Amino acid sequence: MSDDLLFESALSLRERVVSKQISASELTGLFLDRIAKTDATYRAFLLVDRDSALAQARAIDGAIVRGDDVGPLAGVPVAIKDQIVTRGLRTTCASRMLEGFVPPYDATVVDRLRRAGAIIIGKTNQDEFAMGSSTENSAYGPTRNPWDPNRVPGGSSGGSAVAVALRQVPLALGTDTGGSIRQPASLCGVVGLKPTYGRVSRFGAVAFASSLDQIGPFANTVPDTAAIMNVIAGHDPNDSTCVPAAVPDYLSGLDGGIAGIKVGVPREYFVPGMTAGVESAIQAGIDRLRAAGAELVEISLPHTDYCVATYYIIATAEASSNLARYDGVRYGYRAKEPKDLYDMYSRSRDEGFGSEVKRRIMLGTYVLSSGYYDAYYRKAQQVRTLIRQDFDAAFQKVDVIACPVSPVTAFKLGEMVEDPLQMYLMDILTISCNLAGLPGISVPCGFSDNLPVGLQLLAKPLGETVLLRTARAHEMAYPDSARRAG
Amino acid sequence: MKIDADEVRRIAALSRLALTGAEVERFATQLSSILDYVSKLNELPTEGVEPTSHVMPLSTPLRDDVAARPLTREAALANGPSHDEFAFIVPRVI
Repeated sequence: MSDDLLFESALSLRERVVSKQISASELTGLFLDRIAKTDATYRAFLLVDRDSALAQARAIDGAIVRGDDVGPLAGVPVAIKDQIVTRGLRTTCASRMLEGFVPPYDATVVDRLRRAGAIIIGKTNQDEFAMGSSTENSAYGPTRNPWDPNRVPGGSSGGSAVAVALRQVPLALGTDTGGSIRQPASLCGVVGLKPTYGRVSRFGAVAFASSLDQIGPFANTVPDTAAIMNVIAGHDPNDSTCVPAAVPDYLSGLDGGIAGIKVGVPREYFVPGMTAGVESAIQAGIDRLRAAGAELVEISLPHTDYCVATYYIIATAEASSNLARYDGVRYGYRAKEPKDLYDMYSRSRDEGFGSEVKRRIMLGTYVLSSGYYDAYYRKAQQVRTLIRQDFDAAFQKVDVIACPVSPVTAFKLGEMVEDPLQMYLMDILTISCNLAGLPGISVPCGFSDNLPVGLQLLAKPLGETVLLRTARAHEMAYPDSARRAG
Repeated sequence: MKIDADEVRRIAALSRLALTGAEVERFATQLSSILDYVSKLNELPTEGVEPTSHVMPLSTPLRDDVAARPLTREAALANGPSHDEFAFIVPRVI
């Protein structure tokens, strides 16, 4: 019984807790034991706060006994990517720069999860400051793929994807700037959603590239994804880019099917270098949508080939500006015995940041520097407009776009670390969604050599409802959804 | 675009990064290859195309002018690598 509970959905566990079939304390204990048993191998977590998790669970149990309203995620353990601040809980962004940083406040999403009764169980590993696609760029060591520990889990939110795939938690949060939720979800075989830019508050998500960053959930099912979106989505006075539009109930009508929905398949997304195993799994996923009643439409997104170049100019430019705050004064690492202020800044930053972060700060500084701004940064912003227009035109014809997340399955640790450009090119299929501000989801659609493949679905801005309904229709037709990692 | 070691040092100084010798050489090679790749944007004519700085057309909202409670001084100073009870301490500036 107890081990089976680990494999139940978050919604079902919440029902068990509120109907007193199991206490939140017992349930939290089960997941903590699961973490203790598995994490020495996979290293999804940077921090597990056992005492605080059990205290939160006891508070939920007390509220249930009193008959209080305990919220839609009562008693459900949730893991938080270390890029997102948690009050009193060390938050490092997997960087040496923030080794001992203890935030004095909660991110809005964390605050909302607590109010919804969720148990904040710990912080997950990632690429440093969310810069990477493999979770190998962590100052605290890599996380390993739950289907093959010699392989990477993807990134940057690799720890959160692994925690959900291994059922160390039913739900987790990540951040997605160029694919950092969808790509690890694909490589680990779980559901991962990047919401529309502005749908979820970024307050308390440590800034990487502010016009692209978005917080989103990982789950094992589409209904669980909808349930946590109901909690975290919505306007926040602390984030001026957060959209004030009302939040629909994402669970309502989720099983309504997709008869008559038009699904676009962009020919440019079947890129050279995509493996045959990935391509056939994606084709099987698209066939399931057609079998469920969707009408398939071939579409073109002609600027696809320019997305990676556009992204690596805009994202690094914004990063070089955002990461200027790490000066060794107010928080973070400070080099020993600085000679003067300049020496303190430049050595603290050199010693505190890892290679990938330094490389991106350098690239961003260069493209913004005098004489190069128009040639690189302004040019990239113009191409970003062209990429958005591709999607505007496509969504005149279709409701949802279906395509791969990653051209390959999980690769081996160390395979790509020496060639940053090769690693950047891995992001080719996920970046456009951030550049255009769209919602995008990865759902498990098959296996290639026993490694999971994710199908990516995209919708127009604030189109999460049709996106989730399409993902749900696929999930109901997918025969391998019970296959277990670890 | 070829980035040489001097150019890497110039960008590092602007970035406030005290790079070591080995990194200067490595970044020169890697940044050159990345800049070569991104120069493919020059294939596209973009004259007259409006740049996108932000995807959502939002105006800057103002909240009601009501006093809120800020962080206490103690909490604001707590993560500083060097501080006393009133301020962050840095190397002598003047």
